[in-house]
Amino acid sequence: MLQKKDNKKNFIALIVVALFLALVLVLDQVIKPTDKMSMLLTVLQKGSVYALAAVSMNLLNGFTGLFSLGHAGFMLVGAYTYAIFTIPAESRDTVYQYYDAAIRVSFPEVLRSGLGSFGTVLGVVLAVVLAGLVAAVFAWLIGLPVLKLKSDYLAIATLGFAEIIRAVFQWGKLGPVTNGSNLLKSFERISTFKLTVGETTIKMSTFVPVLIATVCIALIVLLVNSTYGRSFKAIRDDEIAAEAMGINLAKHKMISFVTSSFFAGVAGATMAMVLGIAQASNFKSAMTYEILLMVVLGGIGSITGSVIGSVLFVAASEWWLRGLDSGVFLGINAPGIFRNGFRLVVFSVIIMVVVLFFRKGIMGDKELPDLLKPRAKKASKKASKKEVTK
Amino acid sequence: MKKVIALILALVMALGLVACGNDSDADNGGEKVVKIGVFEPQSGDNGAGGKQEILGMQYANHETPTVEIGGETYKVELVYADNASSNDKAASAAQTLISSGVSLVLGSYGSGVSIAAGDTFATAGMPAIGVTCTNPQVTSECDVYFRICFLDPFQGTVLANYAKSELGASKAYCLAKQGDDYSGGLCNYFIEAFGKDNCVYEQFPEGTSDYSTYITNAQNQGCDVFFAPVSTEAAAQIIAKADTQNLGMPILAGDTWDSNVILDAAKGTKVEIAVTTFYQEGADADFDAAIKAWINSDATAKANNGGNDELAAVTVMGYDAYYVALEALKKAGSTDPADVLAVLPELSYTGVTGAIAFDDIGDAKRDTAFVKACNTETGKWDFVAEQGIN
Amino acid sequence: MDLLQSTLPYLISGISVGGQYALIAIGYTMVYGILRLINFAHGDVFMVAGLVMVYLSAAMPLYIAIPLMILLTVALGFTIERVAYKPLRNAPRMSVMISAIGVSYLIQNLALYITGGLNKNYPAIPWISDKVTIFGMETTRVTVITPFLTVILVAALVLLINHTKIGMAMRAVSRDFETAQLMGIKINSVISATFIIGTFLAAIGSMLYFTNYPGVVPTSGGMPGLKAFVAAVFGGIGSIPGAVIGAFIIGICESIIKGLDTILVVNGVITEQVGFSTFSDAFTFALLIIVLVFKPTGLFGEKTTDKV
Repeated sequence: MLQKKDNKKNFIALIVVALFLALVLVLDQVIKPTDKMSMLLTVLQKGSVYALAAVSMNLLNGFTGLFSLGHAGFMLVGAYTYAIFTIPAESRDTVYQYYDAAIRVSFPEVLRSGLGSFGTVLGVVLAVVLAGLVAAVFAWLIGLPVLKLKSDYLAIATLGFAEIIRAVFQWGKLGPVTNGSNLLKSFERISTFKLTVGETTIKMSTFVPVLIATVCIALIVLLVNSTYGRSFKAIRDDEIAAEAMGINLAKHKMISFVTSSFFAGVAGATMAMVLGIAQASNFKSAMTYEILLMVVLGGIGSITGSVIGSVLFVAASEWWLRGLDSGVFLGINAPGIFRNGFRLVVFSVIIMVVVLFFRKGIMGDKELPDLLKPRAKKASKKASKKEVTK
Repeated sequence: MKKVIALILALVMALGLVACGNDSDADNGGEKVVKIGVFEPQSGDNGAGGKQEILGMQYANHETPTVEIGGETYKVELVYADNASSNDKAASAAQTLISSGVSLVLGSYGSGVSIAAGDTFATAGMPAIGVTCTNPQVTSECDVYFRICFLDPFQGTVLANYAKSELGASKAYCLAKQGDDYSGGLCNYFIEAFGKDNCVYEQFPEGTSDYSTYITNAQNQGCDVFFAPVSTEAAAQIIAKADTQNLGMPILAGDTWDSNVILDAAKGTKVEIAVTTFYQEGADADFDAAIKAWINSDATAKANNGGNDELAAVTVMGYDAYYVALEALKKAGSTDPADVLAVLPELSYTGVTGAIAFDDIGDAKRDTAFVKACNTETGKWDFVAEQGIN
Repeated sequence: MDLLQSTLPYLISGISVGGQYALIAIGYTMVYGILRLINFAHGDVFMVAGLVMVYLSAAMPLYIAIPLMILLTVALGFTIERVAYKPLRNAPRMSVMISAIGVSYLIQNLALYITGGLNKNYPAIPWISDKVTIFGMETTRVTVITPFLTVILVAALVLLINHTKIGMAMRAVSRDFETAQLMGIKINSVISATFIIGTFLAAIGSMLYFTNYPGVVPTSGGMPGLKAFVAAVFGGIGSIPGAVIGAFIIGICESIIKGLDTILVVNGVITEQVGFSTFSDAFTFALLIIVLVFKPTGLFGEKTTDKV
């Protein structure tokens, strides 16, 4: 009986997600970059990057109870791996203008010569997966010494590792690989993602990042609902009890840490393709803090919460609250108050209010489907809210 | 509790939609408006420089607020987006400008943000005119980017020649900011021209506050010229430290240092400073007097210029850039970005800083730079020479 | 060139910056000792002290501006504790830490809004920013007096903690929070006092630091704050002399690393620049991780056991 109900739920979820993806693909075709609504695409692109980053952080902080602040470091590793392996041969020398590039392979290019435009897609996918894997390897190496540490020591140690990674990637002696501290660019990015079928060209600038985020988040959901996920939660709730129940602490913590970093690496790769550039100096600890605040906003321990939190965060900062920075907001013209930086102040005040008074965030540790179930009244409210989001 | 949060959330979203619905462009009483995007840093490292560059555009806009396009008079509106001197904010600032319906974009002050935003402009087919971004990659990698200033290979060679022949230097200390395309690029071309074996090249990480070590390094390595084409923010501190530590060699820098920030910092010290720049104050006395009167009459403008009416070359470049934009609009006879883009390669205009025309890469054809030295007693620039490459 | 002669400037500037880190580190170590909280906002309070000084010195003479700046900074530290940490006293430690990160985010953004994101120049304070010559090298007086001032302040603080009633209360609370409460110690006033002392020292530290490096931006506090925290961990968190020694070690190492290329080149060890200065910040964190992994209690920390 329960199984059947679950199946039905999964089926509905699948349909909703498929419809959403189709909608994104349509939006991609309809909206031109010079339109006003093009900000919606920007929000969807960046929103999916941050949603994935937030969910992967939530896996660690919310589901396993490991308070790690090394996310920006793993995203950096992912972004660089992706960028390095997708720079086409003809641009390589201009990108590495001060160095002699050591890695001269571009996955999409190599595969394109054999498989056509399908090869490009496959190459991008390979590079994204590799980005995740390299981040995961880094995580494994870092995890060996630091996962033994307790709560805040773990936080500060991972934060430190992220800073060390950043310094290493900026080191001039590694220039042939990382281009020193300079920008990586000209690699496969969302503006080049197009599918040509006969005469028509299908743009996929927004579809690709959204798809990557959706698939990865779905994988994380599956993991959380598996036996591993239950072990993670047990560790979070009571480490000693979990150990007494026969859960191998070191092993499960490591699995959670490595998986989370894998997806952080993928998020980094997606961020690189959305921004079109990758540079180590952008992956500062401030980025980790921002992602953490998105998780808190959405509710620690809720995956849909993290998604909603990060999309809200991005939409507000990129789009809705822009007026707070440029003089006119909600029709009020007050350039003296609404000047550069006011948006971020309003933002941080909202976050502090959430942290202090609504400690559970938007969703607490519940998921969106949980809220739809109990009462019809609640369901209708959520549904109407969903409309607004769209 | 949850209901309350949901309600607040829904409210925020609704507000958001209202906010972005509101900012429709109202025609100012039937008057036609053409928008020019200003893609400049207003905060961060280059914030002060960016504001000075905007100042030139604002003065030009104040002087000539309308333009004749296709037989009709349009009011020119400047639309600002702050790229925060940061490569990862550049793309989204550029997208904001594109979606607000500008006809072309002016900027930026620094090279890194222009390179980072190039792809976004190219995707939208939005023409951009770089004002003082001197790194070759701004235009070489982007078809829609043009610029009105000279380039770093030229500037670096001029500076190296000056260091060798005028200052009689045999060993140079070069200091750049890590990951900064402007200072890194300029140092690179300087070193190329000066001779690699005679240069010590170091980079300081972002957020550095301690420049005294770098000055000690230069002294200990027996250098006889200190080349530091860094942001004005770092420059002020380097000058202060050079004074207290008795640097004992001249400081040389590029166009960013032609700013009253440098003059203020150097006044009353024993530091020897020389820079290359685009414009020599006094070249056009009427223009100088008029813009100074305007700066003095406007408190905000004066504050943005650093509290006095000393002209920075970037301000004059901003002024010229505005007129180049008007010229392009007139010639295109339309406000459509595509039409503007089409006429830009053929454009020529004689501004305060000299004749401006673009070559086939999109760079200005400029073959002279002015060398100025700081007079530490009066706190003004002394003209030294007009230099080209022989 | 003589090895000592070429290394001396780095040593002296390292000792000076170490002293400034020490003054910040004390705030971290005391708060951590009592609340088990990494007060991420402490570095930002230090930055605010710098900004307040910039604005005050423009409006009034220095002899009023300096005390007022210290007063305002202390008030800020006190307020942060009351508003952002006190309501979460019984919440999980993670919530408090998140609150601290939130406060840090808020302060930085406020500073960004007020300054417009531009660099503010710290005023020159007469006497301490004068030029002096020491061992044949020229520097400012602040470089020379910082270590002495730090040691004096720390000595006074240790006296306060060991010989006054509030000091005794602090020691009791840091030993056992709950028992101290049961014994009738007013926890909240002890915690407030800790924050007041911590921010007072950070305000003094900011005066010395920004006189030395006179540019204040919203992110100025981040790195010095983190480094000071590392110093506190290195010295054994909760231990004041430990934090001070840790801070000096970190300051000196950092300064030497920045000059390591030059030192090695000048003395003929290497012929080409290696780029060690890239790692000047990262080194601090490497040190932190080594300490955490091999000696989690730091140099002078007391052993603690986790209770079930």
